[in-house]
Amino acid sequence: MSLARLLAVVRKELVQLGRDRLTFAMIVGIPTLQLLLFGFAINLDIRHLPAAVLDQANTMHSRELVAELASSQVLDFRRVVAAPQEIDAAMRRGEISVAVVIPQDFETRLARPDRPAWQVVVDGSDQSVQAAARQLSAFPLASLDYGAAANRPGTRAVPSVEIVNFYNPERRAPINTVPGLIGVILAMTMVIFTAMAIVRERERGNMEMLIATPLSPFELTIGKVLPYVGIGLVQVTLILLLGELVFDVPVRGSLLEVYLAAIVYIAAMLSLGVFISTLADSQFQAMQMAFFTFLPQILLSGFMFPYDGMPRAAQWLAEIFPLTHFLRLIRGIMLRDAALGEMWHELAALAAFVVVMLSVAVLRFRKRLD
Amino acid sequence: MAAEARAQESVIVAHGLTKRFGDLVAVDHLDLDVRRAEIYGFLGPNGCGKSTTIRMLCGLLRPSEGEVSVLGQALPRGAETVKRAIGYMTQKFSLYEDLSVRQNLEFLAAVHGLRGASARARLEEMYARYHLGELKERLAGTLSGGQKQRLALAGAVLHEPELLLLDEPTSAVDPQSRRDFWDALFDLAEAGTTLLVSTHYMDEAERCHRLAILDRGRLVADGSPQRLMADLPGSTFRVDCGQPRRVQLALAREAHVLGVAQIGSSLRVLTDRRDGADWLRERVRAIDADAEVEAVAANLEDVFVAATRKSAVEAAA
Ligand SMILES: Nc1ncnc2c1ncn2[C@@H]1O[C@H](COP(=O)(O)OP(=O)(O)OP(=O)(O)O)[C@@H](O)[C@H]1O
Ligand SMILES: [Mg+2]
Repeated sequence: MSLARLLAVVRKELVQLGRDRLTFAMIVGIPTLQLLLFGFAINLDIRHLPAAVLDQANTMHSRELVAELASSQVLDFRRVVAAPQEIDAAMRRGEISVAVVIPQDFETRLARPDRPAWQVVVDGSDQSVQAAARQLSAFPLASLDYGAAANRPGTRAVPSVEIVNFYNPERRAPINTVPGLIGVILAMTMVIFTAMAIVRERERGNMEMLIATPLSPFELTIGKVLPYVGIGLVQVTLILLLGELVFDVPVRGSLLEVYLAAIVYIAAMLSLGVFISTLADSQFQAMQMAFFTFLPQILLSGFMFPYDGMPRAAQWLAEIFPLTHFLRLIRGIMLRDAALGEMWHELAALAAFVVVMLSVAVLRFRKRLD
Repeated sequence: MAAEARAQESVIVAHGLTKRFGDLVAVDHLDLDVRRAEIYGFLGPNGCGKSTTIRMLCGLLRPSEGEVSVLGQALPRGAETVKRAIGYMTQKFSLYEDLSVRQNLEFLAAVHGLRGASARARLEEMYARYHLGELKERLAGTLSGGQKQRLALAGAVLHEPELLLLDEPTSAVDPQSRRDFWDALFDLAEAGTTLLVSTHYMDEAERCHRLAILDRGRLVADGSPQRLMADLPGSTFRVDCGQPRRVQLALAREAHVLGVAQIGSSLRVLTDRRDGADWLRERVRAIDADAEVEAVAANLEDVFVAATRKSAVEAAA
């Protein structure tokens, strides 16, 4: 192992990266685009959602409520239905994404502080719809002033409206999504970049020349991968900054620990990339394999669906994925002000992943062509 | 006399060197003995196993069978030691096309452990010797075939290797550049470097000190070009006739005719008969009465044709 040779590879890789506009654009573009897409999809001020109304009370107040909701333009009442089953069916068919349900005892409920007076049923499979429904709950509705006033405003234990989330019981906000996005974006870019960078040397024939030199597989691999640690940290910084500036996502815990966790996680993703590079024959194959590792991570790690709601087998599988552990770490540090030390086992799991992957990769990476 | 002893020293010794890819035998029990400071040629058609042999000699491929030692190191065990002392110029350009000439050479210098002032001096020497000074800042991918080849050679000799393996270095290069390139190779040999060069050009093979002719993975002849031509078992004739194409087709069916090639309006015929002249005259006149038959000196192509034909017959038997 020679430091001079290692640095020669690093320097060469940096020069090549500097010349590669596409990769460069991806380094900055992917995080920015994903963050804004995910973030705004949730924050977007959505109007004219197709809606149905089931007014079982049919009183003056309930009619006023419906009229007011309609005039707010958030909902577009397409249908008036007579039974809850019709809501189900219409939502399944995709005709409506929101339904307002006013129960028969609307008036009595309004007067009571412990039960919500009416319901908004939401198609939870669509994140933007959920967000819009959440706006509804904060909507100042004049028609409800009567009931609320009659019941001393400001003292209701339960908001007057209840939001029932179909299909996606866990509600999300940028505050939850942005830390997760750090993990997701790194899982995508780091694996793809390294796997492709190494396979590219083989595909373009450079490897044949390199193997005939004193360069060792370790020097070559680490030298090629090191610049990407820096790139990963640039991406982390970019997401944190955008998260703070655009979505007000705070870092409640230590910033240093965010970066520490990120470095270990980046190492895990890079070693996965190196491993993939030993399997793939072409850059295209490397890309496919990278996506193959990316999808289950995104689905099972707890980023898309709550970990606790998954079947046992899926949970076990999720424990293998670095993203699962990183999500716990980053959410803990950023949102709950947890210390890294309290979550050392998550860090240890990531470190174990790095050791196993790199060992397998170095064993597979023979300094030969056959 | 010490120099003479050195010159007799073997740099590459192989016995029964074999490489199989599945069922395909790419290199079939090759015996080689390459001496210090000579230019040793590998001559053979596409797919005869030249690249595969060179890759085994560099330690890039593991032999399926046989023994080989390079610079006194038995392979594959001594591969890493060997890699410090050899230069390898791949058949396909294998430097970085998205790096400049200078960046490529600086990278290789660092990989080979050249540093500081000595590295800079060596690079300057390379720029001057291989006419790369003007091209220093050009991206390697934008160079012409001849320029790329000079860069690749500079990259392969940068660390002053004892043994230089060149895999078809002159494909994609014009005749003048080829001549210049060979001058550079002779300079290197004179300075004590051993060179192994694969080619399918006869004129290049003729420039080598010694030569191995490969055919379908097998060594079918070896020795100095002069020796190979002198030992040719048969003789070569020029046939001038009015209907060369018809005569060619007829002769090609004769068992004693090893090869017929049309050159301009005449034919070049290689037979394995000692009494070739009379026999051939009789045959040819039966087809075209006006034909003239004249004995000519053998060249390497004849050696090549005879050797590959012989091996094909042996393979069939
Ligand atoms: N990695 C490999 N896997 C399978 N077969 C191979 C491999 N490398 C070479 N071969 C086969 O081995 C034979 C010899 O190939 P090789 O490249 O050594 O020929 P060559 O003499 O260099 O030819 P050329 O003049 O075209 O470069 C060919 O039939 C080729 O298809
Ligand atoms: Mg070849």
